[in-house]
Amino acid sequence: MKLTLKIWRQAGPREKGALATYQVDDINPDMSFLELLDVLNESLMLKGERPVAFDHDCREGICGSCGFMIGGVAHGPLKLCTTCTLFMRHFKDGDTVTVEPFRAKGFPVLQDLVVDRGALDRIVQAGGFISARTGSAPEANAMLIPKQNADRAMDAAACIGCGACVAACPNGSAMLFTAAKVTHLGELPQGQPERNHRVLRMVSKMQQLDFGGCSNHGECEAVCPKGIKIDFIAQLNRDFLKASLTDEMETLKRV
Amino acid sequence: MELKSKAPSGPIETRWDRHRFEMKLVNPANKRRYKIIVVGSGLAGASAAASLAQMGYEVSCFCFQDSPRRAHSIAAQGGINAAKNYQNDGDSVYRLFYDTVKGGDFRARESNVYRLAEISAAIIDQCTALGVPFAREYSGYLANRSFGGAQVSRTFYARGQTGQQLLLGAYSALALQIGLGSVKMYPRSEMLDLVVHEGRARGIVVRDLVTGAISSHSADAVVLGTGGYGNVFYLSTNAKGTNVTAIWRAHRRGALMANPCFTQIHPTCIPVAGDHQSKLTLMSESLRNDGRIWVPKKAGDPRAPQDIPEDERDYYLERKYPSFGNLVPRDVASRNAKAICDAGLGVGPGGLGVYLDFAEAIKRLGQDVVEARYGNLFEMYEHITGESPYKQPMRIYPAIHYTMGGLWVDYNLMSNVDGLHVIGEANFSDHGANRLGASALMQGLADGYFILPYTIGDYLARVSPKDRLPADHPAFKVVEQEASGRLKKLLDVNGSRTVDSFHRELGKLVWEHCGMGRNEAGLKKALQRIPELRDEFWKNLKVTGDGANFNQSLEKAGRVADFMEFAELMVRDALVRDESCGGHFREEHQTPEGEALRRDDQFSHVSAWEFTGVGQEPRLHKEALEFEYVHPSQRSYK
Ligand SMILES: Cc1cc2nc3c(=O)[nH]c(=O)nc-3n(C[C@H](O)[C@H](O)[C@H](O)COP(=O)(O)OP(=O)(O)OC[C@H]3O[C@@H](n4cnc5c(N)ncnc54)[C@H](O)[C@@H]3O)c2cc1C
Ligand code: FES
Repeated sequence: MKLTLKIWRQAGPREKGALATYQVDDINPDMSFLELLDVLNESLMLKGERPVAFDHDCREGICGSCGFMIGGVAHGPLKLCTTCTLFMRHFKDGDTVTVEPFRAKGFPVLQDLVVDRGALDRIVQAGGFISARTGSAPEANAMLIPKQNADRAMDAAACIGCGACVAACPNGSAMLFTAAKVTHLGELPQGQPERNHRVLRMVSKMQQLDFGGCSNHGECEAVCPKGIKIDFIAQLNRDFLKASLTDEMETLKRV
Repeated sequence: MELKSKAPSGPIETRWDRHRFEMKLVNPANKRRYKIIVVGSGLAGASAAASLAQMGYEVSCFCFQDSPRRAHSIAAQGGINAAKNYQNDGDSVYRLFYDTVKGGDFRARESNVYRLAEISAAIIDQCTALGVPFAREYSGYLANRSFGGAQVSRTFYARGQTGQQLLLGAYSALALQIGLGSVKMYPRSEMLDLVVHEGRARGIVVRDLVTGAISSHSADAVVLGTGGYGNVFYLSTNAKGTNVTAIWRAHRRGALMANPCFTQIHPTCIPVAGDHQSKLTLMSESLRNDGRIWVPKKAGDPRAPQDIPEDERDYYLERKYPSFGNLVPRDVASRNAKAICDAGLGVGPGGLGVYLDFAEAIKRLGQDVVEARYGNLFEMYEHITGESPYKQPMRIYPAIHYTMGGLWVDYNLMSNVDGLHVIGEANFSDHGANRLGASALMQGLADGYFILPYTIGDYLARVSPKDRLPADHPAFKVVEQEASGRLKKLLDVNGSRTVDSFHRELGKLVWEHCGMGRNEAGLKKALQRIPELRDEFWKNLKVTGDGANFNQSLEKAGRVADFMEFAELMVRDALVRDESCGGHFREEHQTPEGEALRRDDQFSHVSAWEFTGVGQEPRLHKEALEFEYVHPSQRSYK
């Protein structure tokens, strides 16, 4: 099959970018979208042109490195799918496809389709953890965790941190990402002692960074390759409210 | 050079305890004066960096991905072993030790393996405390599954995403320390070289992959947790960025490379679909618990697999190995798949595939149970192939998956270069000639959480932070200049072949001659061909752009340049090791049933190679292996 690609080309963070048009022929339907770009890049390099930069590593949908807008949708037209596991059989011969980087204030473009998602790490650094010093852990089966809690924690923990939710959100909010981490740890007994602290710290970090607020558009859930549920945002809001009250009470008590 | 393993003697159960007692300690107040560089943020690197920082050391951590959470460990699916004996099926530290030594075909150090088994239980405790959502039973207790090569259920898992969850646990511990300022994290940073001065590792030279800037980082000790070298084969299950650069550069600076020919082929990967193929996808081996492997008895049977009746199918593993059946170790399963396909009985494009069938499991357990166990793997398979394993069998074929070889380390995980420590898949330590399923995650975390944090103290207590070199010391400047000179050389070739085209050719060459089956003639041919290809690489490579920028083809070129040198050593090691053991199958040495035939009288040793120059014959050092507890026997999985 053949495709026309319109790809965002931008040489550097401060450079101006624009869409460039490329024709790719001889596409094997069993190729992934990234393999399509590999093929294009090979031909660009042989012509002495700069290849299209894009992040990728595992190429099996788990590391969260890949991701850009394909036809205006984060990770492309297929549901529950990362860019690296999107196969060309889902496109029609002769299609024209626009490929652009994730667009969000919190994700500055570095080159072509590569953006800086370091802000997501900073949200985790603010509180997305359980402080369990190495060596201090009790026997694992000493603490029983009902299967439904463990399962729900796992549902939330499945987030791959690709940032598609941020890119899809009209406000550029990182709410789904943050909510997934808050829910994962909040669902587990080990996560309780730091629960209030965690949600307050993560949310306030998110607000300090260049992410917008959540106004319940639901675009995030729609593009999430791992099916992270928007319910987790409701959970985050409840936790946040509760934590704000408790902490206020703590402060009041101390006065 | 005499290789001192520093492995303690005495009763094996007390060795690690005694060793820990005998090691020197760094005074708590002094720890913050020491600086440690950790390269890598996979299970090994992240757990080490976090634990060292908690102890008070000043840590810098580097990775080439944009976030430490994306290290290749994230892709591990199946699980992690631990000798908890929660299933009351007779597991014990001793049994895990025994299985690992035997599974490694008697090419690992007993002391190291015992320690690994001993620590395994604490890893599960630690990960659980960090919030890793391991699978649980309805009672709330932790669940287990059994995994290739073991007759007990000792594998802990988190759906089909165990590596992801373990890494997110270690990453969160690391994130906490980064937030506190006790670890300085350098993402999108590639180590280009190691700096050795007066026989000690002093630091590293790094390229910032966004700006292209090259900088020096000085420390009191350097830890490499940079993963395996499976991508020398081009097509492998490893993430695309996985490379040999860090350990190869250290090797060129004097660190010995041990057993590079010990590579592992994974029996259950999705077969190649075409020339565009950029990597291979593993289907977790846990699938072999419930999936049954077969091929049609009739070569080229045109019927759909569902339409082939039972008595016209050959469940060849169940037939040949009645007690282990589909759960034979990886190397046995892989070689059998190759043999059956070589005999013309393979299925799918090119006849390079066998069926892995769940029809019986679905009938026995119900689709719900099968979905709960393998749902995400089935989904992944369907995404890739467009076929649903609920409706028709999967097609699988072996692929390169893991590398047991790596930098030589002593019992303290220190290489022969003072101060250079190596952890995780990057070292050669615990798996001998073949790794058991679910043991790499265990080893990476054992090294990072519970071994290195103690053993590094023994080294640090002997050196003074006052002797740390400033990062502008001439020793660093020289290495920086060499590193930028090399990048410039890559850019200046300006030939007519891309990096990938060279990498693909190198990969084909080593897969052909140094893959599942190896023989003298093939290995000699590869030894002749690799230097020719390397010469062509340096004469005809095409890399666009410049070095002062984000330049992914330049990154790749540097990595492939190192694979070009490393491949030669791997092949040489395979040639010199004139025996079969574990994943190293020399066709000249096999039992009448086609099993690996070891030659313990001549090869019961670790081969540790010393670099003498590119294209020069490397020098071989041997560390003899002694087996006091598990006596070498011919493996039999009949
Ligand atoms: C698909 C797949 C499934 C697997 N499933 C299992 C399983 O179920 N159970 C099991 O036990 N094992 C499994 N394994 C094996 C296991 O995942 C790996 O052996 C293990 O995760 C390696 O961990 P590591 O920390 O040593 O290295 P990695 O996780 O590979 O991390 C390497 C780190 O080093 C960094 N790095 C590398 N080179 C450089 C450089 N030059 N400069 C700077 N940084 C660098 C990288 O950025 C990365 O952070 C699997 C492997 C694969 C490929
Ligand atoms: S490359 Fe890892 S998720 Fe796509």
